[in-house]
Amino acid sequence: LSQDKIDDDVWDEIEETLLLADLGTEPTLELVDNLKRRVKVEGSRDPEQVRRMLKEELLALVDPTMDRSLADDRHDGRPSIMMVVGVNGVGKTTTIGKVARVLVAEDKDVLLGAADTFRAAAAEQLATWGARVGVPTVKSDIDGADPASVAYEAVKAGIDQEVDVVMIDTAGRLQNKVGLMDELGKIKRVVEKLAEVDEVLLVLDATTGQNGLNQAKVFSEVVKVTGIVLTKLDGTAKGGIVVAIQRQLGVPVKLVGLGEGPDDLAPFDAQGFVDALID
Amino acid sequence: MFNSLSDRLTATFKNLRGKGRLTEADVDGTVREIRRALLDADVAVPVVREFTAAVKERALGADVSQALNPGQQVVKIVNEELVTILGGETRRITMAKYGPTVIMLAGLQGAGKTTLAGKLAKHFKSQGHTPLLVACDLQRPNAVKQLQINGERAGVPVYAPHPGVSSEFEEATGDPVVVARNGVSEARQKQFDIVIVDTAGRLGVDAELMKQARDIREAINPQEVFFVIDAMIGQDAVNTALAFQEGVDFTGVVLSKLDGDARGGAALSVASVTGKPVMFASTGENLDDFEVFHPDRMASRILDM
Ligand SMILES: Nc1nc2c(ncn2[C@@H]2O[C@H](COP(=O)(O)OP(=O)(O)OP(=O)(O)O)[C@@H](O)[C@H]2O)c(=O)[nH]1
Ligand SMILES: Nc1nc2c(ncn2[C@@H]2O[C@H](COP(=O)(O)OP(=O)(O)OP(=O)(O)O)[C@@H](O)[C@H]2O)c(=O)[nH]1
Ligand SMILES: [K+]
Ligand SMILES: [Mg+2]
Ligand SMILES: [Mg+2]
Repeated sequence: LSQDKIDDDVWDEIEETLLLADLGTEPTLELVDNLKRRVKVEGSRDPEQVRRMLKEELLALVDPTMDRSLADDRHDGRPSIMMVVGVNGVGKTTTIGKVARVLVAEDKDVLLGAADTFRAAAAEQLATWGARVGVPTVKSDIDGADPASVAYEAVKAGIDQEVDVVMIDTAGRLQNKVGLMDELGKIKRVVEKLAEVDEVLLVLDATTGQNGLNQAKVFSEVVKVTGIVLTKLDGTAKGGIVVAIQRQLGVPVKLVGLGEGPDDLAPFDAQGFVDALID
Repeated sequence: MFNSLSDRLTATFKNLRGKGRLTEADVDGTVREIRRALLDADVAVPVVREFTAAVKERALGADVSQALNPGQQVVKIVNEELVTILGGETRRITMAKYGPTVIMLAGLQGAGKTTLAGKLAKHFKSQGHTPLLVACDLQRPNAVKQLQINGERAGVPVYAPHPGVSSEFEEATGDPVVVARNGVSEARQKQFDIVIVDTAGRLGVDAELMKQARDIREAINPQEVFFVIDAMIGQDAVNTALAFQEGVDFTGVVLSKLDGDARGGAALSVASVTGKPVMFASTGENLDDFEVFHPDRMASRILDM
């Protein structure tokens, strides 16, 4: 049912689709303006064609050429060190379990560090994931132990045992809590007395709205995020906020979470993501 | 009280002083600003549409007041409409006439249910009640242990006949529906007067788990089913709220993680599409970080005022 011109209804529909995917007003308006310009220049008349253009523009924004690989190899005679950070309840601990599972399947030796010493049963939860995928967990027996010390011990053990990857779980924290963000910065600094941190993964829940951009900004300032894991994409949320995050901060989405099981993890696929955003 | 959005609106009304009534053209610019403010606060698109239409209608009929400039006047209208949808006055928890009052918690993964269970337990205990926590999340690793620790911190016992998934017990044993039913019987026998049932997180689209939640509800016949929702959620709030409304038919909403800097437009989305009141706000990770929900404060927060 193609119309012979692109009327306001078509533009409104496109705008709504983007807003509903949590893309945010600014990127949405910018995209729609760009499209309007293109439609004028190219003289398009078919709404289907405009949708195709929209996909092209979105794909360009999401940038399929970005390097999305994980720094997961031993180098300079030491393990790769990964830290996993983010606000409360987004899926950090679960993601560590899933990533460890992938690494184990690649025949890598992995060690987990339970530097969430705050939340009830957080260390046990990580150790359960470790047991599930067959990797050991370094944790403290003391409730409320210093998270930086636990992280340090884990990295030290990883170096001594010559493992391939050490993954450090951290407590969930809201980015507006200055004290907790300072604590996170300290964990990283203390670990870096032993070895540079190779990968800082920010876990972002796909249901998150516009606050996701703040999360990415502040966590990047404090611990220099190197990649994003977009979790809970198995639900109805689209995770469109990562478009603004990638654009403003240049931090690529590396992995997506697709469920609660150990195998529910996949590499980020730009085309698939864009298709899902607007379908 | 009125800055930011109000300032922007005042600017769109610069040439308006002295006119008797707001005209369609005057109001259109304003409505655009309001729409933008609400979308930036994560209020869901269909809710924004309905809301701005209602505001427009009210503003069009309004006499220009002497005391306020037109921008402030429209913001006042917006604020009032927001407070109305958000629930005006807060409702209190419905208590059972006989036997224990049963409260079930439900929501997406990671929303804050297990933490809230501890908070409610502590709150009721401090009021002289004798609560019992019931551990029905047998699926998320160490969820039972997490609830037990929260119970300990609150000084409230936990009914947990099954350990759930943990490093010693790889596979979930036990049936959450049975645990819920037996938990309530236990409370009745041992004369606890409030039962708080923690359940596993689930997605709106997960038909199987949604049915399990419904089965738990039917097994325990709770006075209250609280839908716990993260204040940071974006447009998906509508899908999720409707799915839980249909799935477990919740009686009230608890907005969690309000100690963050999210504007929290989800509160408006959920209240608007379900008609259910937001009853409490969760405002931190500690068991005392819990308060009655204030619609007026929420309205200001959504409008960034
Ligand atoms: N549906 C779905 N659920 C997920 C996914 N990832 C994690 N979860 C669930 O989300 C909840 C929170 O996950 P956690 O791994 O504990 O999150 P966290 O970020 O470590 O939480 P805190 O440490 O408390 O801040 C759990 O119920 C997980 O099973 C996902 O990709 N999809
Ligand atoms: N800052 C803050 N954190 C909260 C609040 N409520 C819960 N949390 C944190 O959010 C994370 C998830 O909370 P849980 O209580 O485990 O959430 P849940 O809904 O039981 O999660 P699942 O059982 O995995 O579905 C934990 O890190 C909590 O400490 C809150 O109001 N503010
Ligand atoms: K969440
Ligand atoms: Mg965790
Ligand atoms: Mg829980």
